[in-house]
Amino acid sequence: MSIARNPIVVLAARVATAAMNAVDAPLRAVQRVLGVPRIGWIFLAPNLIILGLFTFLPIVINFYFAFTGGVELYPAERPFTGLDNLETLFDCEHYLDPSTCRKDLFWRSIFNTGKFALLQVVLMVSFALITALVLNRKILGRGFFRGVFFYPVLLSPVVVALIWKWVLQREGVLNAALAGAAAAPINWLADASWAFFWCVFVSIWAHMGFYTLILLAGLQAIPADLYEAAQMDSATPWRRFSRITLPLLMPNLVVVLVLGLIRSVQTFDEVFVLTGGGPGSATTFIVQFIYQTGFAESIHQYGLAAAASLVLALALLLLTLVQLRTTRKSLRGSGDRDHG
Amino acid sequence: MASLAAMLTARRGRGKLDWTDWFSYGYLLLGLFLMFGPVIWLVLSSFKTTAALNEFPPRLLPYGQKSVVVAGYDRPLSLYRVTLPDGTTRDLAEVRRIGIQATLVDPKTPEAEYKVNIRDRQPVREFALALGNYTEIFGKFAFGTYLWNSVFITLVATLITLLFNAMAAFALSKYKFGGRDVVFLLVLSTLMIPPTIILVPNFLVVAELGLLNSLWGVIWPAVATPTGVFLLRQYMLTIPDELIDAARMDNASEWRIFWRIVLPLSAPALAVLAIFSVMWRWNDFLWPLIVLSRNEKFTLQLALNAFQGELTTEWNYLLAMTVITLLPVTFVFAFLQRHITTGIAASGLK
Repeated sequence: MSIARNPIVVLAARVATAAMNAVDAPLRAVQRVLGVPRIGWIFLAPNLIILGLFTFLPIVINFYFAFTGGVELYPAERPFTGLDNLETLFDCEHYLDPSTCRKDLFWRSIFNTGKFALLQVVLMVSFALITALVLNRKILGRGFFRGVFFYPVLLSPVVVALIWKWVLQREGVLNAALAGAAAAPINWLADASWAFFWCVFVSIWAHMGFYTLILLAGLQAIPADLYEAAQMDSATPWRRFSRITLPLLMPNLVVVLVLGLIRSVQTFDEVFVLTGGGPGSATTFIVQFIYQTGFAESIHQYGLAAAASLVLALALLLLTLVQLRTTRKSLRGSGDRDHG
Repeated sequence: MASLAAMLTARRGRGKLDWTDWFSYGYLLLGLFLMFGPVIWLVLSSFKTTAALNEFPPRLLPYGQKSVVVAGYDRPLSLYRVTLPDGTTRDLAEVRRIGIQATLVDPKTPEAEYKVNIRDRQPVREFALALGNYTEIFGKFAFGTYLWNSVFITLVATLITLLFNAMAAFALSKYKFGGRDVVFLLVLSTLMIPPTIILVPNFLVVAELGLLNSLWGVIWPAVATPTGVFLLRQYMLTIPDELIDAARMDNASEWRIFWRIVLPLSAPALAVLAIFSVMWRWNDFLWPLIVLSRNEKFTLQLALNAFQGELTTEWNYLLAMTVITLLPVTFVFAFLQRHITTGIAASGLK
């Protein structure tokens, strides 16, 4: 059956046309009142209303929440407490030792996030660069291999975490392979250092393909005659890499580094499902702290969560400013959201 | 074989493979193993019975215990390889088991019964897919509900995203009115505001609108994507204004121009945005986790998270659910990979 004659498609087309005609008459009247260029506002309205309600208004409310206390959700019922929330978060004897802080989990999550983000981004961009260099060669099945590295990017964080949780089970396939090599099975996610390692590994596994793709596009933009000229001068492969590839790819590399850092600092889903932030608080990151404080614990401390959001927002703002500077230099626009 | 080897090692222009080629292919094969291996392992495991899943070390392929129909017994009996007291081994069907003693019969001559210690019998295995994992999740859990919730959110949010973003992009690309550029910058600036930093106030807004524990509470905040507006605006700028002017001459309303001319002409860009939107909404986790707390409103992602956290995780069902959850994205990947990769390379969005 052809698509055009499929009854569902026909019905959908009828409904769409009817809806379109129903909207047409009132809009025509509005058009007569407003005039042609200003009817643009009508077209913008739905998008702007939603952005206003769910993005701009919340930014304002977040400040209010951060400076009020109590457990009520509705702003009118929340007592104004000034800087109390921020003071609670920053109440430490020594800032480098989380156990001396009133909110030790907040500081642990900040240290964990910093350690995680640096490790994850440096390793991920390194591997993405190697992968892009390999994929940029004349290689059999290049499109296929590009797809292979890209596939995990599309998977949902929950699925990614479950795939690896299954591999890392105590009776899982990794321990079975180790047993084949006569090694004792390890409880991967119950050991703090191993759990942290696997969070970094799984996060790289899931996101590397995206950065590989951006770097590959950068590599393909390097003019081929530069390499031909270098070959004429019989430059070694290493010299070609360090004198042509690396300098010309540098703008892309910086963009990818900053973009990766912005996303890495916000890591939540994969790690939350993989380790739940544990063992203990070994893999609790800042977004999970916000989620737990505001929503998961029995007492919902919205004010504290909003104050922690402000701290995160400040960090992201700094990173974004760095990104804007580097982006302007490299004349390359890039979005930095996972959710649209 | 020789010709295949020659083809594989042939290189354009130059002679043999040097070490960089060996490194490249080695790296790619390792990548293939690391990237696809865990996913394939998940899919294979999802077809195993609970007994096979508990085996250590695990087998690669799903095996189930072989069973035979024996005359005189209603149910099929499980087949075992039995070591008899005289040292011979035979394949026998188990009739019953009491404590450590099992009673077995020969499938061909079911009259004679053998009583053996259960240590002297090993199950006979054959390749078998435990399809029950997939069929039982619909009855045992409200899996159909979770699937429906995910599909509903994904489809409805994508349709609204396409319509709203296209309307905004149309206004931003085809009209010149005061404040247009400010609005465009304002929309783009929301790219810098990740959802993670406005969780608490957004929760309040959704609660005030009465959308908590409603699928619409997930849909509405997600539909005004700045990336979508940007993508569509850039595309609509390439549509010639003459077309629109000609339609105005024919007294078409602006809405009709949008619906009949600009929207159909933007189909390629709409398709790219549709693919992205489907993936975003299907994979969403943190926001639904906050908005949807009632079990019957869970999406697939939330259901997976809830099940994996239970103390007695039933992995055979969890694995099957995970596979179903990754199927749509895998189909998108298999058929539309080129659109996605070129879309990302061109705009840097994900």
